[in-house]
Amino acid sequence: MSEQIILSARGLDFYYGPAQALRSIHLDIPAKKVTALIGPSGCGKSTFLRCLNRMNDLIPGARAEGSLTFHGEEIYQKGRDVAALRRRIGMVFQKPNLFPMSIYDNVAYGPRLHGIRSRSALDETVERSLRAAAIWEEVANRLKRPALGLSGGQQQRLCIARALAVEPEVLLMDEATSALDPISTGRIETLLGTLKDRYTIVLVTHNMRQAARVSSRTAFFLNGEVVERGPTERLFSMPRDRRTEAYLTGCLG
Amino acid sequence: MNPRHIRDFAAKALLWLSAGAVSALLLALAGYAGFRGAPELSWRFLTGQESILGGTAGILPSVVNTLVVIAVSLAVVLPVGVGAAVYLTEYARNRLFVEGAAFAAGVLSGVPSILYAMIGALVFCDKLGLQKTLLAGSLTLSIMTLPTVLRTTQESLKAAPLSYREGALGLGAGKWPMIRTLILPASVDGIVTGCILAAGRVVGETAVLMYTAGLSMVMQDFSSLQSALDASGATLSTALYVYAKERADFGAAFAVATVLLFLTAAINSLAAAVGRRVRRV
Amino acid sequence: MSRAGERAAQAVLFLCALAAVALLLLLTAFFLSSGLPAIREIGWKEFLLGRVWDSADRAAPQFGILPLLLASIYGAAGAAALAVPLGLLTALFLARAAPKGVAACVRQLVRLLAGVPSVVCGLVGMTVLVPFLREWLDLPAGDSLLAAVLVLAVMILPPVVELAEDALAAVPAAYEEASFALGATETETWFQVTLPAAGSGVLAAVALGIGRAVGEAMAVLMVAGNVANMPTLLGSVRLLTTGIAMEFGYAAAGSLRQRALLSIGLVLFVLVVLMNALPHLARRKGGRP
Repeated sequence: MSEQIILSARGLDFYYGPAQALRSIHLDIPAKKVTALIGPSGCGKSTFLRCLNRMNDLIPGARAEGSLTFHGEEIYQKGRDVAALRRRIGMVFQKPNLFPMSIYDNVAYGPRLHGIRSRSALDETVERSLRAAAIWEEVANRLKRPALGLSGGQQQRLCIARALAVEPEVLLMDEATSALDPISTGRIETLLGTLKDRYTIVLVTHNMRQAARVSSRTAFFLNGEVVERGPTERLFSMPRDRRTEAYLTGCLG
Repeated sequence: MNPRHIRDFAAKALLWLSAGAVSALLLALAGYAGFRGAPELSWRFLTGQESILGGTAGILPSVVNTLVVIAVSLAVVLPVGVGAAVYLTEYARNRLFVEGAAFAAGVLSGVPSILYAMIGALVFCDKLGLQKTLLAGSLTLSIMTLPTVLRTTQESLKAAPLSYREGALGLGAGKWPMIRTLILPASVDGIVTGCILAAGRVVGETAVLMYTAGLSMVMQDFSSLQSALDASGATLSTALYVYAKERADFGAAFAVATVLLFLTAAINSLAAAVGRRVRRV
Repeated sequence: MSRAGERAAQAVLFLCALAAVALLLLLTAFFLSSGLPAIREIGWKEFLLGRVWDSADRAAPQFGILPLLLASIYGAAGAAALAVPLGLLTALFLARAAPKGVAACVRQLVRLLAGVPSVVCGLVGMTVLVPFLREWLDLPAGDSLLAAVLVLAVMILPPVVELAEDALAAVPAAYEEASFALGATETETWFQVTLPAAGSGVLAAVALGIGRAVGEAMAVLMVAGNVANMPTLLGSVRLLTTGIAMEFGYAAAGSLRQRALLSIGLVLFVLVVLMNALPHLARRKGGRP
């Protein structure tokens, strides 16, 4: 089966000021699959993730060199409309980062931003997104209540709903379950299973078992480089690089 | 008893004594002004105006002038100050520009008001031909309060959580929509605090207004734009100075002082209420 | 929102920033430039060290600001000498020694008085302090440098207390715990650990207080007597600020007199900027973080 490649890095270098965070990354992300980025803290996996939607732009002095493309177009091209890029490549962060508004307004925030004003269209988008994020049942009767009153796990699923409401093609998840309890984590993993048919998902995780459970592709980062990449099953069962093996053994014990 | 404990006790006594002395001093100051002023206050004094022929005293014109000067100076300083703060904290890339602004604001916030009085008189009253008017006074005060509004707004913008920014930008929000829908609403309390501080300075200011807004105690005509632009007169603190220093009418001066104390207390409790909201959010 | 809208918003905000920054820089430039010509005309030495200020004399006006400068310096130094120890002790009381309720009350009072218009302080000084000094010290007039010092001391107390308390409150508890663990008593810790640890913040509070005292015009105008004598404690004095406040209304536009007043403004500006810069300089030199 041939895979469509949606995001592709070719010799990507990334710097925070003088410090190099990524070295010559070569990595393809297939469409409508879950790709997991694993590796120890500070290995560059989150930096790489944040290159994909240029979230790193927020950090002064950060710059990228080399090629990183989305549908064949350079992400770091000069004059690129970053807001439009981020609309197509959504992101869920490590900690739930809801706005101080109602549940409804949080989900409607993105669509409103992109010009949808009609009440019925918004209602529909909000419901569809909340259902897709598997949280509709829990919040349907309190949409007007403050979003910050929800539990951590609910907040994170609401963040996913908020990201889905702008109908992105790609969903980046930056350790999105690391702040959650095991039950909430399980729910989100189940949710990922239902989303992967429609969205390309790239997730950064410290949890090897999670990577093994939910992803079909895995890339192992170490010291700003991609040491090994491949189908998750193969990479976890017979890693080719000794460093991957050592890491997996250490993590999975 | 151990000599060290005696020393400890004595030092604590000293602390209590100092705080007591400071409180007593400040209380006496406010208390005395209120004690002398309260008997002079009456509804007629507050709502009437001075008439030499009629032999009446009244400070309504000064009350109105004070409110007008607060409103006009805030109306000028607020958009410019907040807009500039947003640009400097959110957009500006040039460090020299940002640091130059911070330096100038820091220097100017400590400059004595008598210097602003000279500037206002030379620039607004003479050069720009506004004469001594409430408008000239308000404009001078809006420049004087600009550093305050700029700094408090910048601080509250910087305090807006990073998660709002990431969340909004991650959804593909442009910078300005993000600022308008999340960062500014999150900073509103800080901006309001800046305005209250500015209003407090306006109420307390005398030197600037003496030289730029005039000393008239007669009711001004605000019915048409032209007459409002020409309006000129004393605010409450200027009126106090005129009563005390030029007319030696201490009864009226203390009455105005009492009104000013009430106004200050009101502004303070407003600021405290806003402050409490900030902490709660 | 479209990219055009984004650009429009950014342009408007940039204009605000430009206006604000230009205004601030222009003001600074104005203070510096408007004061220089008269000083050059009068001569640096004659201006700063001249002992006679008689600007109203049409035939032979004299523009020596030494009496005004010294009166301002003595006034601010005297006020600081009274207010700083009292203010720091009160700040320490509020930050550490006071029971919560008491601290809240005192803090409210201090905050209220920080906002009281200076003319109110001047009024009380004029009607209570000045007559009292006259009777008590048996002076011909109570308007004096001493009266100005006392009024200024009361006026700078609230800001000194507030700023110093903020600085003290920001001292990490770990420092104090370390001191307690070595067997120090509470006050030993507060005076020997907390106060020094808050050093630069406390210094900033003191500098702000002095800056306020140097810059205050109206309250001093009401109690100092305003004769341009070389200053004596019990005699009538004129300060830099009151010199401007008294005469600016009478000085003809463009006259040397008016420009000399602008030069006094420059001296004031420099004094205040120096006071504000002091804590920063001290921090750099002192090697404290």
